[in-house]
Amino acid sequence: MTLSPSRLLLWLTVLLLGGPVLAGLIGVVAGAMGHVPGLQSVKPASEVWGAVWNWPGIGRSVAISFWTGLLAALISLVSATVIMAGWSGTRSFARFRLWLAPFLAVPHAAAAFGIAFLIAPSGWIARALSPWLTGWDRPPDLLILGDPLGLAMVLGLVVKELPFLLLMMIAALPQAKAAPSMAAVSALGYGRARGWLLAVFPAVYRQIRLPVYVVLAYSMSAVDAALILGPTTPPPLAIVILRWAADPDLSLRALASAGALVQLGLVLVALLLWRLAEIAAAQLGRSLAESGQRGGERGVEIAGAMLAAAAGKFLMVGLAILALWSVAGAWSFPAFFPETLTDRIWASHGVALLETSTTTLLLALAVVALALALALGSLEAKPSRRLLTALIYLPLIVPQVTFLPGLQAAFLKLGLGSGALPVGLMHLVFVLPYLLLVLADPFNALDLRYRTVASGLGLSPARQFLRLRLPLLLTPIAGAVAVGMAVSIGQYLPTLLAGGGRLPTLTTEALALAAGGDRRVIGAYGLAQAMAALAPFALALALPRIVWRNRRGMLHG
Amino acid sequence: MAEPLILKALTISAGAVPVVSVSLTVAPGEITTLMGPSGSGKSSILAAITGTLPDGLSAAGEILLGTQNLATLPAWTRRIGILFQDDLLFPHLSVGGNLALGLAPGGTRAERRGRVERALAEVGLEGFTARDPATLSGGQKARVALMRVLLSKPRALLLDEPFGSLDAELRSQIRTLVFDHARTRGLPTLLVTHDPQDAEAAGGPVIRLR
Amino acid sequence: MRLAYTLAAALAAPQASLAANPVDWPSVLSEARGQTVYWNAWGGSEATNAFIGWVGDRVEADYGVSLVHVKLSDTADAVSRVLAERAAGIDEGGAIDLIWINGANFAAMKSEGLLFGPFAESLPNWAFVDGEGKTLTTDFTVPTEGYESPWAMAQVVFMRETADLPDAPRSAAEILDWAAAHPGRFTYPQPPDFLGTTFLKQMLVDLTDDPAALSAAPESDAAYEAVTASLWVYLDALTPHLWRSGRAYPATGPAQLQLIYDNEIDLAISFSPGEATAAIANGLLPETVRTSVLDKGTIGNASFVAIPYNANAPAGAMVVADFLLSPEAQLRAQDPAILGYGTVLDMAKLPAADRAAFDALDLGIATLSPAELGAAQPEPHPDWMTRIAADWQRRYGAGL
Repeated sequence: MTLSPSRLLLWLTVLLLGGPVLAGLIGVVAGAMGHVPGLQSVKPASEVWGAVWNWPGIGRSVAISFWTGLLAALISLVSATVIMAGWSGTRSFARFRLWLAPFLAVPHAAAAFGIAFLIAPSGWIARALSPWLTGWDRPPDLLILGDPLGLAMVLGLVVKELPFLLLMMIAALPQAKAAPSMAAVSALGYGRARGWLLAVFPAVYRQIRLPVYVVLAYSMSAVDAALILGPTTPPPLAIVILRWAADPDLSLRALASAGALVQLGLVLVALLLWRLAEIAAAQLGRSLAESGQRGGERGVEIAGAMLAAAAGKFLMVGLAILALWSVAGAWSFPAFFPETLTDRIWASHGVALLETSTTTLLLALAVVALALALALGSLEAKPSRRLLTALIYLPLIVPQVTFLPGLQAAFLKLGLGSGALPVGLMHLVFVLPYLLLVLADPFNALDLRYRTVASGLGLSPARQFLRLRLPLLLTPIAGAVAVGMAVSIGQYLPTLLAGGGRLPTLTTEALALAAGGDRRVIGAYGLAQAMAALAPFALALALPRIVWRNRRGMLHG
Repeated sequence: MAEPLILKALTISAGAVPVVSVSLTVAPGEITTLMGPSGSGKSSILAAITGTLPDGLSAAGEILLGTQNLATLPAWTRRIGILFQDDLLFPHLSVGGNLALGLAPGGTRAERRGRVERALAEVGLEGFTARDPATLSGGQKARVALMRVLLSKPRALLLDEPFGSLDAELRSQIRTLVFDHARTRGLPTLLVTHDPQDAEAAGGPVIRLR
Repeated sequence: MRLAYTLAAALAAPQASLAANPVDWPSVLSEARGQTVYWNAWGGSEATNAFIGWVGDRVEADYGVSLVHVKLSDTADAVSRVLAERAAGIDEGGAIDLIWINGANFAAMKSEGLLFGPFAESLPNWAFVDGEGKTLTTDFTVPTEGYESPWAMAQVVFMRETADLPDAPRSAAEILDWAAAHPGRFTYPQPPDFLGTTFLKQMLVDLTDDPAALSAAPESDAAYEAVTASLWVYLDALTPHLWRSGRAYPATGPAQLQLIYDNEIDLAISFSPGEATAAIANGLLPETVRTSVLDKGTIGNASFVAIPYNANAPAGAMVVADFLLSPEAQLRAQDPAILGYGTVLDMAKLPAADRAAFDALDLGIATLSPAELGAAQPEPHPDWMTRIAADWQRRYGAGL
C-alpha cells in the first residue's frame, strides 16, 4: 500500500492517541502489582490491594465517585433533553444556541470557582438574602461546599456538561431527521415537547450515546470540580488517588496505581449500568408512545426554559463574581458589593498573570496547530467509521487519572524529560479527539462531487486540499481551533504531571491557589483562565464573517 | 488533436455483483447519449471514466482516449471534464477565481486574467469576474460552470444530467451552448440524461441501459 | 574527567556529590553565574511568593543566578518528581534544584538517598546561624547532617478575632471549653496538611503526661496507644463543636484567613508568628486580630531548603541557600509587612549594624515579641506524626 502523506498522518494519529493510553495502562497495572518506578523494593500485590481496601473511608470515596458521576450525567442528560424537547425549533432557541459555544469554552476550574463563590454560606447568594431575609449577620455554619453527598460538585459538573450535551444533540438533529419527524408527529396531534421526545429523541440519543459515556466517565473521575466543590471527609476516589501519588511515603505510589485501576473499573461498571438503563428507558418510551397520550407540553416547555436560564445564569454570574472579587478591597459579610475597590491584586499579579497567560496560550496554539495537521491529514485518509470513533472516544472515556501517571513514567524513561514537549504531547491526547469530533462531520459533508469537478479540472489531491477543502472548511476549522485551545487551556493533570512544575499554566496556578482560599487572587486567576479560553471563540466567530464577507454561499454553510 | 473516447467492456461491479457493462466509441465532436432508469449505473460509468468511483464499486475493462489507457492514470491527470446537474461552483472563490482554477499553469497574471475575462465574454458575462457566485442566477451559474470546465482544456467532456435544474426555456438555451462548444472544440462528449429531448438535440448515438 | 569524578563519588557515598564543592566557595560562585535555579516551594501564600520573588531579584543582581519559583501545593509533589527521575535514570540535570522542605519529606528523601550534600555547614553565612540556641541541626528529631540548610523559624501561635474572642485560650482544655460554648467558630486545616497535623501534635504535647516519649519513635504499639489516648478523647469531644461540625475542614493554613475575614470562625492556628500582622497589612484579616501562645508553650521548628542529588544547578542552589541565610534576607523575612517569619540567625554572631537593624524592626500589632513567644517546644519524632495523621483519617476524615 502506498504511504501517502495523509495515510502517514493517520497512522501517526493512531500512535499518538492509542499509544499513550496503552502505555499509561501498562504502567498502572505494573504499579498495582507493586512495581513502582524508582522504589527500591517491590511490594507484593496482595499487600498493595490490602492497603487499598483498608484505607480509611475508601468505600465511601468510591461510593461518592460512583454516585456523583451517575447523578451528574443523568441530570445533564435529562436537562438537555427537556430543554431540547420544549424549545428546539423555536426562534428563541436559535438565539440561545449562540451562547452555547462560549459556555463550553469556560474551563471547568473557572466555572467551579464561580459556583463556589456563589453558593458558599459566605457567598453571593447568601449575601443577597442577608440580613433582610435570613437575619444572618455572619455566615451560617452550613455544609454546602464539600457536602457529603457531593451535590455542590454535581452542580459544578452539570453546569459544564449541559452545554456540551446540548451542542452534541443539536449537531445530531439533521441526521436524526428532526424536522420531518416533527412535522409528522405534529400532524398526529402531538405537541412540540412530547412529539420531540417520542419521535426525535431516540434517533438523537443513538448519535450522542458516546458523548454521554464521555460525560459519565468524566464526571466520575474529574479532579477540578472535586478539588473545589467536592466533599473532603473523605474526598472522591480521584482525589484519593492523587493524594496517594503525592504522599511522602513513597510506597503509596503503588496504591495510586491500584486506585487508578479501581477508578477504571468503576467507570466500566457505571457504563454497564447505564447501558442497562438505556434498554429499560427504551422499553418505557415504547409503551409511552403506544399509549397515545398527548399533552403535558406547558410543563416541559417551562421547565426547559428555566433549566436553560439557570445553567446560563450560574455560569455568567459565577464569572462576574470572580471578576468582582479580583478588584475587591474590603468586602465583609453580608455586604453585597465590595466596600472598596482596588487594583492591588491585578497590579501585583499583573506581570505574573501576563507571563502565565502567554505560556498557556502559546502552549495551546502549538498543541492545536499540531493536532489540526494530524486531524485534517487523518480525515483526508478517509478512516473507517469504527477507527474514527475509537480514536475520538478512547482517550476521553478512559479516566485521565488512570493512565496519566503511567504515561509520565514512560516519558521520563524515554528521556523526554519535563517541560513543554511532554506536556504538549499529553495535551495532544485530549485535544486531538475533540478536533476530530468537531471536524469529522463537516469534512465528510463536503460534497464529493467537488472532488470530481476539481480532479476534472486537473487539480492534484494536494492542491485540492489546500485550495478547496481547507478554505471550504474555514468555519469548522476556526471552531475546532477554539475548542482545541479551550481544552488545552483547561488541562490540569497533564500539565501538572509532565511539566515538572516548569510549565505553570493558568489552570495549574489557579488550582494551586485554590487551597490558599484567598478569594481575590483566585478571582483574578479564574477570570484570566476563562478569558483566555473565550478569546479564541470570539475570533472563531468573527473570522469567517470577515473572510467571507463577500461570499454569501460560505456564510450560510 | 482530439481523440475518440473508447469504452471496451467497461463493467462496474458492487463487490462481486456486476451492475452495468457497456462498450462504446465516441468520436471527437460527437455527443453520445446514455439513457436508462435510476440505478442502472449511468453515473457510475461517468465516475469510472473520471477516476472517482466511490468505495464499494470497482471497474473492469478498458477506458481509452485514443490509444492511451486512462485506467492506470490518477484521476487528476486524466483531463476529462465533467458537468453535473448542480453547477458546483466553489462558494469561497469569485466567479473569476472559479474559472482560473482550471487554467493550466503558465503565463503572467495579466495573461491569465485576460483568458478568464475572454471566456466570460464568450458567454455574455462580461464584468462578472469579481462577483460572488452565490449572487448569480441559475442560467448564469450554468454558463460559468461550462466555461470553467472548458478553460481546463479537457480532452473529453462528460455531462451528468447537466440541464436538470434549469427551467424549460433556459434548458434549451444552455443545452445549445454546451453542445455547440463541445462540437466546436471537437471534444468526444458523453451525455447521461433522462430527457429524450436532450438525446434528440445531441444528435448522436443513443445507448439504452437496463 | 567529570564523569570519572562523579562515578567515584557515587560509589563512595550514598548521596552523589557533583563537581560543585561547597568548601571552595569562589568556584561555586563562578559556576553559579548564569545558572537557572528551579526552587520548588509551597505557593499557597501570596506573601511567601512575593518574598521568593524578591530573593530572585537579589540573587540575579548580586550573583547572576536566575531563580524560578515553582509553586507547589504539596512538597511531596517535588519528592515524587525526583523519585520518578531516578527511576528513569535521570541522575543529572534534574528538573528540581532546590526544595523548601522539612519533616517527613526530608526524612523520606534522606533515607532514599535523593539529596545532594552535605553542603549546609560549608555555606559562608552559616557562621551567623544560631546552631546552639535553636533546633537547626535536627529536623523533627532526624539529624540534618548538612543535607539541608535552614532559612526560617516557625512557631505555633493561635490567631483570634478579638472582637468576638477577647481573651486568648491558654490551653487545650480552654480551647475545648470555648468551642463547646461557641460551636462552629473554630477549626483547623485538614490533615495530612502540615499545619493540620501540627495542630494535632500541639494538642498532644499540651495534653500528654509523658512529653519525653515524643522525642523518639514510639517504642511499641502499646506505648503509642497510651501516649495518644488523651488526644483522641479530646478530639472526640471537640469535633462536634468545630466549624461545619467537623464534616469539612479548610484545606490549608491560609484558607483559614478567609474564614476569619468572612466572620465564619474566630480562632485558628498558625505556624508563623508574623502571619497575622502581614495579613492585616494586606487587608486579608480584620485589624482586630491578635495572636497568642499556650501557657505550656508551643511547638517550633525550622524551614529548610535541600538540593536533590540530580539537581541541574547545585552551585546556583547553594548560592540561593546561602543568600537566604544572609542578614539582609533574614531581616526582610522577619519584617511583618513582608513575611513575619522567625530568623535562624544568632544576634550575637552578627555585625553591630545588622544587629541594630533587627532590634529596630517593628514586629507589628499582631505579633508577639520573642519574650512573649517563649521557648519553642521541640517537634515530636516524625513517626508520631505519620501514625497520628493516619489515625485521624480513620477516625475523623472518612465520613462521620
